[in-house]
Amino acid sequence: MHLLVCGGTGCKASASDAIVETLKKEVAANNLENEVQVILTGCFGFCEKGPIVKVLPDNTFYTQVKPEDAAEIVKEHLVKGRKVARLLYTDPTKNEHISDSKHMGFYRKQIRIALRNCGFINPESIDEYIARDGYQAIGKALAELNPQQTIDIIKKSGLRGRGGGGFPTGLKWEIASKNAADQKYVVCNADEGDPGAFMDRSILEGDPHSVIEAMAICGYCIGATKGLVYIRAEYPLAIQRLKVAISQAREYGLLGKDILGSGFDFDIELRYGAGAFVCGEETSLIHSMEGLRGEPTVKPPFPAESGYMGKPTNVNNVETFANVPVIVLKGADWYSSIGTEKSKGTKVFALAGKINNVGLIEVPMGITLREVIFEIGGGIKNGKKFKAVQTGGPSGGCLTEKHLDTPIDFDNLIAAGSMMGSGGMIVMDEDDCMVAVAKFYLDFTVEESCGKCSPCRIGNKRLFELLEKITKGEGTMEDLDRLRNLSHVIKDTALCGLGQTSPNPVLSTLDNFYHEYLAHVNDRKCPAGQCKSLMQYVVDAEACVGCTACARNCPVNAISGERKKPHEIDTAICIKCGACIEKCKFNAISIQ
Amino acid sequence: MSHIKVGLKPEQIKAIQDICKSFNNEPGELINVLHKTQGYFGYLPAEVQEVVAANLNISVAKVYGVVTFYSFFTMIPKGKYPISICTGTACYVRGAEKVLDEFKRILEIKVGETSADGKFSLSCLRCVGACGLAPVVLVGEKVYGRVSPDGVKDIIKEYQD
Repeated sequence: MHLLVCGGTGCKASASDAIVETLKKEVAANNLENEVQVILTGCFGFCEKGPIVKVLPDNTFYTQVKPEDAAEIVKEHLVKGRKVARLLYTDPTKNEHISDSKHMGFYRKQIRIALRNCGFINPESIDEYIARDGYQAIGKALAELNPQQTIDIIKKSGLRGRGGGGFPTGLKWEIASKNAADQKYVVCNADEGDPGAFMDRSILEGDPHSVIEAMAICGYCIGATKGLVYIRAEYPLAIQRLKVAISQAREYGLLGKDILGSGFDFDIELRYGAGAFVCGEETSLIHSMEGLRGEPTVKPPFPAESGYMGKPTNVNNVETFANVPVIVLKGADWYSSIGTEKSKGTKVFALAGKINNVGLIEVPMGITLREVIFEIGGGIKNGKKFKAVQTGGPSGGCLTEKHLDTPIDFDNLIAAGSMMGSGGMIVMDEDDCMVAVAKFYLDFTVEESCGKCSPCRIGNKRLFELLEKITKGEGTMEDLDRLRNLSHVIKDTALCGLGQTSPNPVLSTLDNFYHEYLAHVNDRKCPAGQCKSLMQYVVDAEACVGCTACARNCPVNAISGERKKPHEIDTAICIKCGACIEKCKFNAISIQ
Repeated sequence: MSHIKVGLKPEQIKAIQDICKSFNNEPGELINVLHKTQGYFGYLPAEVQEVVAANLNISVAKVYGVVTFYSFFTMIPKGKYPISICTGTACYVRGAEKVLDEFKRILEIKVGETSADGKFSLSCLRCVGACGLAPVVLVGEKVYGRVSPDGVKDIIKEYQD
């Protein structure tokens, strides 16, 4: 029997280390050490109800486990064979316990390829990776296939870059393989900077060997002997697990000289990012690895011709690499049977925001937003109304009700005015103001713009200022035109992917939520009640009994009125802190 | 550059030299050198940058350019208890902005500043990958999940010794 405990960042923050310790102690106390293994795994994805403990082989799925629950799990489940009902996942619609994770709505529609080992194996054990067919793909490539044949498998599989661009991976490899040079490089982009996306981190924390194996396969294909992982310094756990995995692979002769006796040499080093969103762009990333400011350069030349240290370099994202070993093993036809015509396979999304089941999911391309949000995600939190879903992070856009039945793939999302991006999916409800959301993303872009080209450096700042003006209720109709025109200018003239996509949140909210912009400009109102400057606190004269509680608690003395008579709020003085609403026992104060 | 004058001691200068040497004084290793150096000092004041520049044989301007480009590097010492508020999108839509405002109000400092007594510093970070716990606040390495504006004063109280 196996007790799997989630060791992803979210669950670790909720004391999953202590759960492992106490479970181990309880197992020992019951003399079960020979039969039961307690394993700290990578992320299960179901972060909403973490920490998770899963029991194999019966697939029992315990949620929100605390260290003090360990004794009960061991005594009841392991010794007496009775599941601990109070810790089982409860289906919110039917209100019944579900003991087998296969039957949970969250997992039913998922297909796990990139995340195949996350939550199953101990990421710090190479043997467990090997037991699940690990390092067989590199063995197959070296023994049975030449580089071009391997590239052909990737090409035929239809795998496209998962970092956001969606460029065909096999084609990228082929171009790099054809550029002759004395030294070439394979780079793994693990500089995940998209706020709200954490799939790359989960893969590195949960299954680091899959990325190492894929990088070696890529090296074999393009003729590179050196691999570099560019990883965020803010990901200490991922760095540590990657380091452990690299040294284990070296020990087993799966990295280093003459891998598996084939004569092929390949080794991997780590390079640390230092917190700059623009470094997700491949030319910026390469400059950062060279010790410079992470500023992009014009393409061409593409990294495949002149990249790191001026040598041909192939850059792929973590999730892209994680797909490679399975494709080589199971074949292109198997992979391309999943997904849509032009987007094959699966995509990992980080589902977050106002949704019941926050977490990391992997779904086949072509699934609809409705299935993701309402079936896997379990619908909107607190029974509120769905308003929008933001995909693609600061480069993407907001999609609405009318897009819910669109099959998700690279091309459909772009046609709808958003993009796949790295896979962040933030759900918003009726309380979210879409103008404020656009402003939030522009605030991010302004801060992260590297400043090299003026459309991005100055243009985005102006976009932000216009949005700020509108959320303060000072916008005009001309400002809305300016927003749109400036957005198009930035898109057409910015140097790199960051600037070319940064106006997307503005354009997509203008297209889909124009009425909200109009309400801010014409009626000076924020329909969602989020923009502070546009709110007014009002006393309902009929409900107010004149108890003076509000006036006494107002920090700026904006409330006046005689005892036992209705009070009034002077909106010119009011700072909208909400102290009066909190103190009023008669629900006489409301926001308009 | 910065108004902070630290007056480096000889052994501190030696420590920086050793870090540079461990990377063969290679200019291409600048970012790794700065990571290590910040790990040693806690921050990167101007004088430290001058020593790094001299050892790697590059201009101070270049070092300064890199230090100020990346958000991970700081020229101001962090507080004894560094507070970071996640302002990733998931935390934003679950109310991180109000939590941040409350920290600013109680501590009377802005983002990127350190309180006068050196106890607390305030910063924002993008997504720690614990979106299930949004909004998230970190004090040092400790993670606080589902923080509400009302809960802010309790968190600060934990560190008022």
